[in-house]
Amino acid sequence: MLEQILVLLPQVLFDGFILGFIYAMIALGYTMVYGVLELINFAHSEIFMIGAVAGVEVFRYLAPLIPNGYLLLAVAVVVGAAVAGLTAILVERMAYRPLRRRGTTNRLVPLVTAIGVSFFLQDLVRLIEGLWHNEFFLRMRTIEDLEGAFTLFGGAIFIQTKSVIVIVVSVLMLWGLTYLVNRTKLGMAIRAVAQDLSTASLMGINPDQIISRTFLIGGALGGVAGVLFALIYTTINPYVGFLPGIKAFTAAVLGGIGNIPGAMLGGLVLGQLENFFGTYLPILTAGNFGTEYKDVVAFLILIFILLFRPQGLLGQMVKEKV
Amino acid sequence: MRKIGFLVAGVAALGLALAQSNVIKIATMSPLSGPQAALGEQIKLGAELAIEEAKPRFRQLGFELQLVPYDDQANPDVGVANANRMINDPDILGLVGTLNSGVAIPASEVLARVNLVMVSPANTNPVVTDRKLPNVNRIVGRDDVQGPAAAEFVYNDLKLRRVFVIHDKTAYGQGLAEEFRKRFEALGGRVVAFIGTEEQSNFVPIINQIRAQNPQLIYFGGVYSQIGPFLKQLRERGLRMPLMSGDGLDSSEFERLAGSQNAKGAYYTTVAGPVSAFSQAKALTERFKAKYGKDIEGFGIYAYDAARVILAALENAIKANGGKKPTRAQVAQEVRKVKLEGITGTIEFDDKGDIKKAKYFVMQVAGTGNWADNKLIKVIEVAAPQK
Repeated sequence: MLEQILVLLPQVLFDGFILGFIYAMIALGYTMVYGVLELINFAHSEIFMIGAVAGVEVFRYLAPLIPNGYLLLAVAVVVGAAVAGLTAILVERMAYRPLRRRGTTNRLVPLVTAIGVSFFLQDLVRLIEGLWHNEFFLRMRTIEDLEGAFTLFGGAIFIQTKSVIVIVVSVLMLWGLTYLVNRTKLGMAIRAVAQDLSTASLMGINPDQIISRTFLIGGALGGVAGVLFALIYTTINPYVGFLPGIKAFTAAVLGGIGNIPGAMLGGLVLGQLENFFGTYLPILTAGNFGTEYKDVVAFLILIFILLFRPQGLLGQMVKEKV
Repeated sequence: MRKIGFLVAGVAALGLALAQSNVIKIATMSPLSGPQAALGEQIKLGAELAIEEAKPRFRQLGFELQLVPYDDQANPDVGVANANRMINDPDILGLVGTLNSGVAIPASEVLARVNLVMVSPANTNPVVTDRKLPNVNRIVGRDDVQGPAAAEFVYNDLKLRRVFVIHDKTAYGQGLAEEFRKRFEALGGRVVAFIGTEEQSNFVPIINQIRAQNPQLIYFGGVYSQIGPFLKQLRERGLRMPLMSGDGLDSSEFERLAGSQNAKGAYYTTVAGPVSAFSQAKALTERFKAKYGKDIEGFGIYAYDAARVILAALENAIKANGGKKPTRAQVAQEVRKVKLEGITGTIEFDDKGDIKKAKYFVMQVAGTGNWADNKLIKVIEVAAPQK
């Protein structure tokens, strides 16, 4: 059994990173919105899906016009981020801001609204794609430039060019976000609003504007994750956001909800765990538990961490001051 | 109180009057939206064509034929809800459906309460007819023959010994995979892994296991919506072993999702033969294309024949009833007694509702972009198991 595990281990670790980076990017959207609003934006999984659909449509229509695969992907990423970000802003304006205006203190109300928006967006996209293309399954167009593959370490790891692209783009995005949050004025404003909204507004920050921009940034990241997801897994549908969304939310909680490096770490850890157990569970349990239990294992680990370290891996215990 | 009394009486009289009308409706139920809509729509259109062609004949008998299509979204709960609506419409005297055995099994129990007859053009799970319900029939073969037939093909014709089996955890896919495994192991082959998954997008963990086990063939009991993306990811990761599946693969959507280059060479068994296997199908394909602007595929032809079975039974029942509208029980009995030369072959039912002799076709995907180009490798004609 050990030999079976070791022979595949390099490949499994590599594939885990790809999944991990995608989860990390989606998790950032959850964590940033929670940071400023203490709201779990369950509609974020659909923002991710919208980014993926936008990517597929860009590939479908612009592939004949743009011969270079890398340029086409760049355009798709920009368009996906823009569409997803704008949708996120719209959702905030139309669904969450009116609730804030009303001053509802019950935190369940925005949460349930978010779930409702999620359902609405799923079927809206299904309707649009159904009328526009009469397709439920959207297939990402295959572009020759991006289809290469190579092996490392004498065949131990099979790497697709696409995988490398996903990793590079993800790292760029995560680095860009860290720079934005830590070194720019906007980032400082976001951190201020996350820390204490009323005091921040006393300091001259317009909280509504900052909240909108937070949604934009989180949504854009989710959109980029969507485009990369469509690139790697090639077939998407309007309901494809649900499961990755839940897992990314889990990753955000695992890393410490509201904590940005935490979300990145949580995403990577969860991606690795899911991929690891997905591949090895049948071997480890001698066939008794199949691949489908990988999600169970990932969530069990989450429960375990929350039992013993509820603030997540990187979060800080916030003591209630009376 | 009086007003309400009159209202209720009026509605009841209207209902009675409508029930006595000369309209006969035939329902279809299949997924018309969602991932399996490509197959489901074929069923609706095949039945619709048969009904349109029979309308003049029924007008002469004094009846107006109508089609009532239902969308079950491949979901058992939706199917049962539709079935409840069906039994409350007194004009519906027969159902052509469903596509998914997982929907047919609970929905048919609702229909059995009022003896509403169902003739299935596509349900292959053995349980559908093994319950011996008098209103359930099918004109296609069963998975407990389709699975073993595939196993024998892989063992004897392809001469392969190590197979990796995957299924989609539904009544159909898992049943098919289990039947395949039983027969393949009985023949002496080795099933190196048996994995169930509902995954729609990320098949990488499974593909890595395949890489480790290095089987000679992959057998996937499932539907094209899953197998297509799976095969694409498998080939993109450099794994070249052949793939075989059942009739869930039988749709041009499979080639679109997997990509023609990747889909080429995949084997599948189907209970719905290719258009080319049926000598009289040519005229039908032309009429279908003229009316709907698209090609008829496997299940469309079977739905056409299933509808014709119900229509023939209706005609016999009307005549036996002295020209009056028959009851649902009468139609169900007549369906069991039907002997019809359909486009798909001779249709006669045994005491469980299985077709007496069913055909199973082993096909190979041509990968040309035209699903009708797929090659017919072998035809197996088998009687249903008598248990």
